[in-house]
Amino acid sequence: MASKAQRMPTGLRILTSGFVLLWFILAAFPFFWTLWGSFKVELDFFSIADWTNALTGERTQATYGRPVTGAGYFGAWVQEEFWRNVINTFLVCFFVVCTSLTIGTLGGYALSRSSYRYTFWLLITALIFRAMPPITLVAGYLLPFFEWNVWGILPTTVIVLVAINQPFTLWMLHSFFQNIPKELDESAKVDGCTQFQAFRHVIVPVMWPGVITTGLFSFLLAYNDFAVTAMLLSESNRTMVPAIAAFLGTTYTEGNVMFAVAAVVSATAPLFVLVMFFQRQIVSGLTAGAVKG
Amino acid sequence: MKHRTFFWFFLPTGLAMLLFIAFPIVSVVIQSVFAPHEAVLKTVENCTPLVGCTTETTIDQEATREIREAQPLGRFVGLDIYLDRGHLAITELAQAWESSDNWGDFWSGLFNLPLYRALAFTLTFTFIVTPLLIVFGLMIALAVNSLNRHLKGLMIFFSLLPMIVTPLIGSLILFWMVDSRGVIGSALVALAGDPNFSLKASTGLTWVMLIVYGVWHAAPFAFVVFYAGLQTLPKDQIEAAQIDGATRWQQIKYVVVPHLMPLVTFVALIQLMDNFRVFEPVVGFNAAAHATSLSWIIFNDLGGETRQLSAASATSVLTIIGVAILLSPVLVRTWRDFKGK
Repeated sequence: MASKAQRMPTGLRILTSGFVLLWFILAAFPFFWTLWGSFKVELDFFSIADWTNALTGERTQATYGRPVTGAGYFGAWVQEEFWRNVINTFLVCFFVVCTSLTIGTLGGYALSRSSYRYTFWLLITALIFRAMPPITLVAGYLLPFFEWNVWGILPTTVIVLVAINQPFTLWMLHSFFQNIPKELDESAKVDGCTQFQAFRHVIVPVMWPGVITTGLFSFLLAYNDFAVTAMLLSESNRTMVPAIAAFLGTTYTEGNVMFAVAAVVSATAPLFVLVMFFQRQIVSGLTAGAVKG
Repeated sequence: MKHRTFFWFFLPTGLAMLLFIAFPIVSVVIQSVFAPHEAVLKTVENCTPLVGCTTETTIDQEATREIREAQPLGRFVGLDIYLDRGHLAITELAQAWESSDNWGDFWSGLFNLPLYRALAFTLTFTFIVTPLLIVFGLMIALAVNSLNRHLKGLMIFFSLLPMIVTPLIGSLILFWMVDSRGVIGSALVALAGDPNFSLKASTGLTWVMLIVYGVWHAAPFAFVVFYAGLQTLPKDQIEAAQIDGATRWQQIKYVVVPHLMPLVTFVALIQLMDNFRVFEPVVGFNAAAHATSLSWIIFNDLGGETRQLSAASATSVLTIIGVAILLSPVLVRTWRDFKGK
């Protein structure tokens, strides 16, 4: 494929390969290291004597009789009841993605099909909302939520996350719907459909690639959020990320750091799987906004 | 689309944003000019025969609760909260200005004030991380683009991980590695030749650590965007440059980079917004003693037993103003484009 003139001189080739290898190590090594270390005892993972202990698991061998142990996972999942947080996270993510996509699709479709001036202003407002750190809004939520007695429960957090998600969802779906030819739904309207019927029967069947991509990012936002979930959920309703943050406070004093390490690995695993299956969609989603300018 | 149809389609998402983004902003602004009620004091005179009368001042619990329930917002204080020591600290600023002979003194006085300390870190972080990640992302994109097809897919997969992973979790993973007993930490101790060497002990090194994390976390985004841009680079332009005798470096400088320029603007804009809200790394790296950010101050005020809503609101408003200033060039440009149409 590459012409002769394109071919790199050897020196440059080695330099490039070296750089790629360096980045590969930077990007991947921390994850593998932590995954490996999560099956060790604390004295191996944080080894003062010799760093190779973290690889061979000398202290783990001494404590448990074999070089790997699931003690951290047992401590986190059973003793600290991390499974509750996992269930909460998936409940929150599921409802955030569903709600956010439903209302975002309708809104994004409307924005892409209306040619009036206010659509521009709505999109700009959404951009401004997207730029604001979610934590700045939290102070505004607390007082009314306490007054109405809805603080600390999952549905409140779901609604707040859906709203925070909307600006991004709207932008993404708006640009996606603009790529679907207008003639498609206009011809349906000529045949006597209302706008909603045209949307339902003509657009919905062809919109799934864009919706799935947008849904992935909604999921990531809900899954990764710390500021909102930490402030709006009571202790018993915590999702994974605030639970891990809470672990830190208690485990450092009690010497249970490995619980936190195991919990961190547990929370990373679903993301790993997600990237494995949806790499193409994530890449296309990241570039969708960019390539259009 | 008719106005009426548009309205019904847009209503659910519009309502969500109005109720949970627009209203909270208004409510944050209002809260920032109200302070919590002070406790109501009452003076009781205890008279006992022979001893005489003593007066005692106690908190009138009932009256305090009553007034707090009647006006949950608190009492109106105007801009007082903005000007107090925890925020803009006008008085302290003026004092520091008068008492210090040179800039050094003034700066160190300034860094003792929480808001300015956080602002200094937030701005440093934003304006160092953003250019670095663009350069780094471009380098990765160029290098990966020269690999063969199978390796490319693998590299993209692993490159996505630092970006996709939850920021708090990502920073914890790195934090454990740079711990003085962790693998990178002990390597650094060996390199420094000082057994007490710790990244967490000094302000400068903590900042470097957070900035390295910031680049690690965000470079994949720049990489993916630039990599996609490289796929649309017209071959004939590169060939034309080669025929004209351009070296490899000149090809990158005069053909590739100008082609990617719109994407650089896009990445810079997104990353300025995201880096300005830096927060999770401060928690994950346990770095609050050396580096605080605006978002961290808000979080810290809101958390714990005493939820200082007024203080947090005032910082929130100041943060929103900061975001608006960062965003204003973009908005002005969009407005011009729109006018031009």
